[in-house]
Amino acid sequence: MSLIDNINKAFDHRIRLGIMSILMVNDYADFNMLKELLGATDGNLASHTKALEKEDYIKVEKQFIGRKPNTRYSTTPLGKKEFQKHIDALEKLIGK
Amino acid sequence: MESNKYLEDISEIKNMMSRSSRFISLSGLSGILAGVYALIGAAVAYGKLKAVSTENYNNFSGRSSELFGSQLINELIVIALVVVVLAILTGIILSYRKASKSGEKVWNSASRRLVLNFLIPLAAGGIFCLVLLQYGYTGLVAPATLVFYGLACVNASKYTLGDVRYMGLAFIIIGLISTQFIGYGLYFWALGFGVFHIIYGAMMYFKYDRKS
Repeated sequence: MSLIDNINKAFDHRIRLGIMSILMVNDYADFNMLKELLGATDGNLASHTKALEKEDYIKVEKQFIGRKPNTRYSTTPLGKKEFQKHIDALEKLIGK
Repeated sequence: MESNKYLEDISEIKNMMSRSSRFISLSGLSGILAGVYALIGAAVAYGKLKAVSTENYNNFSGRSSELFGSQLINELIVIALVVVVLAILTGIILSYRKASKSGEKVWNSASRRLVLNFLIPLAAGGIFCLVLLQYGYTGLVAPATLVFYGLACVNASKYTLGDVRYMGLAFIIIGLISTQFIGYGLYFWALGFGVFHIIYGAMMYFKYDRKS
């Protein structure tokens, strides 16, 4: 059952899966971009980004663009590695 | 049952990766229409050139801007501008429609990147063509526009549908070929901006637009 072991519980949700997918192919994404792409509410998205941040899979940077606060997210090397493992495990499970 | 969920996960991952990094609402139909405008523009330009000089029109784009006087050159530039503006407007409107159908915003980070990376080679090419005109190398303008437009497409293809890359390569190739046929610039323009746009636009239309 080593295959199942590689399925990462931290990614086992559509929103988290989406966040990680977006951050894998973009250097960074800000909160609004994630919200738009994932169709999530503020609170929902915030709780999922927080969970991923706690696992140290994504990095959060707060900054100001002009006067507007802007939160942008990027993957950590650990997050990239773990997510890749997760994708590989998924692909093996569906027999690809 | 479980594997169905995994399958869904994988397709969600793929979907998010492409939607966040590429602007996929580019409309194939706008390519077809851009090609049609270009062909009409080329036909009008051809008519103008023929009216001015029946036997000499092949010299157009030769090193001879004085030959026809600046009046004609100005008219040709106006035709070209009208074609470009119409093509861009059509592209924006149709992409907007396609994007709102799929619930995507037109002006997002993906489309911003697309436009920026398309404009960098294109602006360089535009300035370069003005310089060619400045020194009277009128004949090289048509090849240069084709090559730079092709480079712009290749560069932009990383941020939109991959097919744009092959259209760009096709433009670069006929641009380079046309350097050996100075004086036939209008034909190469019609082939590139007209026919190629229609072919690739149709390919993209049947590949992506029809499905959704």
